[in-house]
Amino acid sequence: MRELTLAEALNEALREEMRRDERVIVMGEDVGVAGGVYKVTKGLLEEFGPDRVRDTPISEAAIVGAAVGAAVAGLRPVAEIMYMDFLTIALDQLVTHAAKLRFMSGGQLTVPLVVRCQYSLGRVHGSQHSQFFPSWFLQSPGLKVVLPSTPYDAKGLLKTSIRDDNPVLFIEPGALYHRIRGEVPEEDYTIPLGVADVKKRGDEVTVVSVSRVVHEALKAAEILEQQHGISVEVIDLRSIQPMDYETVVKSLMKTNRLVIAEDSVKTGGVSAEVAAYVAENAVEYLDAPIVRVNSPPLPTPFSPELERLYMVDAGKIVDAVVGLVK
Amino acid sequence: MVVQQLYKVLSDDGKIITETSYTLSKNKLVEMYQDMVRARLFDEWMLKIHPMGRVSRFPPSIGQEASMIGSIHALEPGDWVFPTYREFPVFLARKTPLQELFNRMFASKLDILKGHEITLYGNRDRRIVVPSGPVALMIPVAVGFAMALKHKGEKDICIAYFGDGATSKADFHEGTNLAGVFKTPIILFCQNNQYAISLPVAKQTASRSIAAKATAYGIASERVDGNDILAVYEATRKAAERARTGEGPTLIEAYTYRIGPHTTADDPRTYRTEEEVKKWLQKDPIKRFRKHLENLGLWNKEKEEKLISDFKEELRKVTMETEKIEPPNPETILQDVYSEIPWFLEEELEELNR
Ligand SMILES: Cc1ncc(C[n+]2csc(CCOP(=O)(O)OP(=O)(O)O)c2C)c(N)n1
Repeated sequence: MRELTLAEALNEALREEMRRDERVIVMGEDVGVAGGVYKVTKGLLEEFGPDRVRDTPISEAAIVGAAVGAAVAGLRPVAEIMYMDFLTIALDQLVTHAAKLRFMSGGQLTVPLVVRCQYSLGRVHGSQHSQFFPSWFLQSPGLKVVLPSTPYDAKGLLKTSIRDDNPVLFIEPGALYHRIRGEVPEEDYTIPLGVADVKKRGDEVTVVSVSRVVHEALKAAEILEQQHGISVEVIDLRSIQPMDYETVVKSLMKTNRLVIAEDSVKTGGVSAEVAAYVAENAVEYLDAPIVRVNSPPLPTPFSPELERLYMVDAGKIVDAVVGLVK
Repeated sequence: MVVQQLYKVLSDDGKIITETSYTLSKNKLVEMYQDMVRARLFDEWMLKIHPMGRVSRFPPSIGQEASMIGSIHALEPGDWVFPTYREFPVFLARKTPLQELFNRMFASKLDILKGHEITLYGNRDRRIVVPSGPVALMIPVAVGFAMALKHKGEKDICIAYFGDGATSKADFHEGTNLAGVFKTPIILFCQNNQYAISLPVAKQTASRSIAAKATAYGIASERVDGNDILAVYEATRKAAERARTGEGPTLIEAYTYRIGPHTTADDPRTYRTEEEVKKWLQKDPIKRFRKHLENLGLWNKEKEEKLISDFKEELRKVTMETEKIEPPNPETILQDVYSEIPWFLEEELEELNR
């Protein structure tokens, strides 16, 4: 099958959805003429014109705010926030507004909105361009939160998100945009939100992961199998709201050991939520304590050496698994 | 700094001092007046029943009736309204039945928002979008909505209401700027009622004119006497025309005064003087317009008395009716979180029913 990069797969999803449904529009900073600073919206302006592909001023609150308004009016906007870091400026619109509008209006208003953003951890971008805080949005009922890791998932999940009648926050691992390739069908397909994917089967340890770190977990699984003879199952959550706990628990029934590895700071991160769920609902399946592999609680350092030290990688996951099995 | 003169049509004793481009029929003039009186009575009634405990919080609009009623009457019924918490006169002028408003205020079982929200009102069928609690949050949303209307080739336009306090917020600046860039069909209607809770407008902004802010965003503006309903009507009609003919947004500053408290939870005596309030009471927008109608022979004491007693009776009846309606069903708290009820909320429902 044909292979695409992550950025190409996302681009194809946007293009196909815009062809399929003329209510779909794209708006954000540098998304039009420039095709996106990371080229995810490349060529869309040429095909769909400036009414459907809108370059906006540097106004994150108004980008998301106007997209909320357009969604309420019946369009299906895909708003791009260039860096996840700048999402904080639009939180009022996303969390206090988009997520609640259906509820507070007693169901009169619907917000079929996608807010796309990417985090640049791993690209040596320093502390203000590398933040990853998806777990904040676990506190925001009404919102869905999707995190693709592969080109295949990216295309299918973005299409589903655009067709969803709820506001969806779509967080992309920017460091992988042009670094990974994967098989992507040319035809239309969707992937349901809230369904985790077992990226690799195994039966001794479950490694739950999300976004960029899924690839580190897969590398770790290979090393563990070849060098340590440990069979690892790798689960990619793919979306954290809704979260597919069932797939995690099913895997634990078999492996009885859980490692959770992902890019947020450990305290209160996605891993904390998964661990809490398992502790509350499935502790009887555990033969050993849960181990979390996260970044330390400090801002992302800039120097490439320091950033590497800061980030979760295959080596750290290998150490965690070996420690658990020994 | 050049401060645009306040645009006025009526003198304090109700005489026309400026020729207007739009002439209103006698019926329309009377209707607008009746809406103002009803709005005032509604407010006074809410302030009266609030201490009895059924209405959680009410933001009165006494003194601002000309701004609200004049602007909404200048629009078509198909135009979209983005109000704040304070625009009850607008809802009444859009012919919202009192029962519907009271179901909302009392959060009864028949509440259109299902008891999900504080005393804000919106009804999509009346083209009134539920406002947001955070000040100014709706401005960019209204701009995006207007952008979508233009995108879909619809002729309807939007009006977004907000206060002087909202103009300090990034949402106002980002939203207004975006409206200018996209030339959206929207009226940004600022009621400068001199206060944001306790903060006087002089401490909100060093600018002596809110309308002046439009210049920096390259959009049209109007600065009107907000206690002069015909001036407000004229300015809003012009702005609506601009929006409908593709000329883009207008920022209107309606210069007015909030006679009552910010909400029923506020005591304005802590931050302003009696003399100041008295001075503004002299400029009562309702009295001024009544003089005008009396000069035209369209209104008199009998009509006034009948209007007041009929509406008071209606308010009393509706209040009693609403008292009898039950609160919402517990299940409604799970509705409308998502488009469908997800598994994790179904589990909560089981808990609730246990
Ligand atoms: C973002 C935000 N900050 C603070 C508040 C609390 N608050 C509610 S109303 C208000 C004053 C708003 O004043 P203005 O915009 O002038 O409108 P007015 O109440 O005078 O109609 C404040 C500070 C809020 N609701 N939202």
